[in-house]
Amino acid sequence: MQPIVNVVNLTYYYELVPSLDNITFTVDKGDFLGIIGPNGAGKTTLFECMLGILNDYRGQINLFGSDIKQDKKTFQRIGYVPQKKSVEQTFPATVREIVSLGMIGKKIKKETIENAIEFVELEAYGDKRIGELSEGQQQRVIIAKALVGEPELLILDEPTTGIDSNAQEKFYELLTKLNKDKKMTIVWSSHDMNSVEKLANKVACIDKKLFFHGESKDFFGNEERMKSYVEFAMQSHMNLHFGSSKKMDTPE
Amino acid sequence: MEMFFDIIQFGFMQRALISAIAISIICSIVGLFLVLKRHSLFGDALAHVAFGGISLGLFTGIYPLWTAYVVAILSAIGVNKLRESTKISPDSSVAVLLTSGLAIGVILISISGGFTLNLFSFLFGNILLISNDDVIMILITAAVVIPVIYVFYKKLMLIVFDEKQAKVSGLNVTWINTLFIILASITIIASIRLVGVLLISSLIVIPNITALMIGKGFKKTLFISCVISILSVVFGIVLSYYVNLAPSGTIVLTMIVVFLAIIIAKNLRFPINKIIASRVN
Repeated sequence: MQPIVNVVNLTYYYELVPSLDNITFTVDKGDFLGIIGPNGAGKTTLFECMLGILNDYRGQINLFGSDIKQDKKTFQRIGYVPQKKSVEQTFPATVREIVSLGMIGKKIKKETIENAIEFVELEAYGDKRIGELSEGQQQRVIIAKALVGEPELLILDEPTTGIDSNAQEKFYELLTKLNKDKKMTIVWSSHDMNSVEKLANKVACIDKKLFFHGESKDFFGNEERMKSYVEFAMQSHMNLHFGSSKKMDTPE
Repeated sequence: MEMFFDIIQFGFMQRALISAIAISIICSIVGLFLVLKRHSLFGDALAHVAFGGISLGLFTGIYPLWTAYVVAILSAIGVNKLRESTKISPDSSVAVLLTSGLAIGVILISISGGFTLNLFSFLFGNILLISNDDVIMILITAAVVIPVIYVFYKKLMLIVFDEKQAKVSGLNVTWINTLFIILASITIIASIRLVGVLLISSLIVIPNITALMIGKGFKKTLFISCVISILSVVFGIVLSYYVNLAPSGTIVLTMIVVFLAIIIAKNLRFPINKIIASRVN
């Protein structure tokens, strides 16, 4: 079966500093892939490449079998939930209006919007301004916006950072429901290893380079591997901050 | 009310009110997106660039608003490109735009022998002196701006909410932003006749920040902003005529009075949101 995501030898430099170095991994239909890595590991850069926000990368990214540089329509099959950003209290759009933005370019069906709001359990807040909601509720609105376009792949970039633990639990329940009940393929980045262990069936550990990609149980069930990952991440950061004798190749 | 019906029999007042209502609507619509993009002073900067364009028109003998259109649109696109390519902050790019427009204007005025009455009317506005040609120009601008914003309404809303998500949704954000800047430029030039270069940002900002305090929903906020703007402008023009005040200043002060009244009402917990919601629904 063809993978939904196929990233091959992906390398990206921010002004001569390597952000991603030769990353290769795949995501199959129905997978729940947790991408873990410390701050600055390149998780957001990886997603920005996969979503076509950054184009000047080396390597190849195929989504649904098509090279994303050739076929821009593939992005319409993706729902994206970015890192939490605070919405100003006075931002005038209501929850319903924000969710409807997920249907730009498609025929707007009120029922689909209501279903998405109901799915994230915010039916009582449809007419509220998004800025009046708690941060956890705001992230659920963004999930509803991502779902309303009926995506086949959901990409979430550290969606629960800065959200209180109760809201996080509710959020994780929602992701499990999407993956198990709706069979949605999910790629989710986090530095919360406990949650990734609990939710994801596959895991990818990155810190600019790919350290591990495979079944979640093969990573979290192997103490030696986890220990060497921590060492790898620490070494990577020491190299970044204090220099390394073994430098990565500079871009052509 | 009788006073109002008395004065609208005058041709100059009819032209003034028709133009003012059209300007109020387009400034509110364009202004809401500018305010939410945190580009509130972009309108002010564009107006100052327009001042350079007006000076160029007066210097060369071309109708000043045409030169203002060309200079403002080109400058706005140029500054947008500059901001994207150099990553300078929005407020710094506004400062560059504002001061460069003013500098060009001052130089051209000094070459052509100083300030004239015509230039003063562009600086401070005088809607009572508006001509039939001006009315046509303002109505054409409104006829372009309103439908284009209507077509791009959802896309612009997504861009002001989160530009990155807009890109992921497949929107050509750079193209839409450029189109919007052109619309903002022509709106501001068309509005110079009403309040002048120096007070133009008030029409862009004040009705919108007032509406943002009470509006629930993007469309409702836009509607409230238009209503506040139209009422303030019409009241300001009529009052200025009877009390013999400068119309532009009277219009802006009327808007500020409404803004302060809403702040006071909100602080006194007067149920203004519910009253407006019941009227709008």
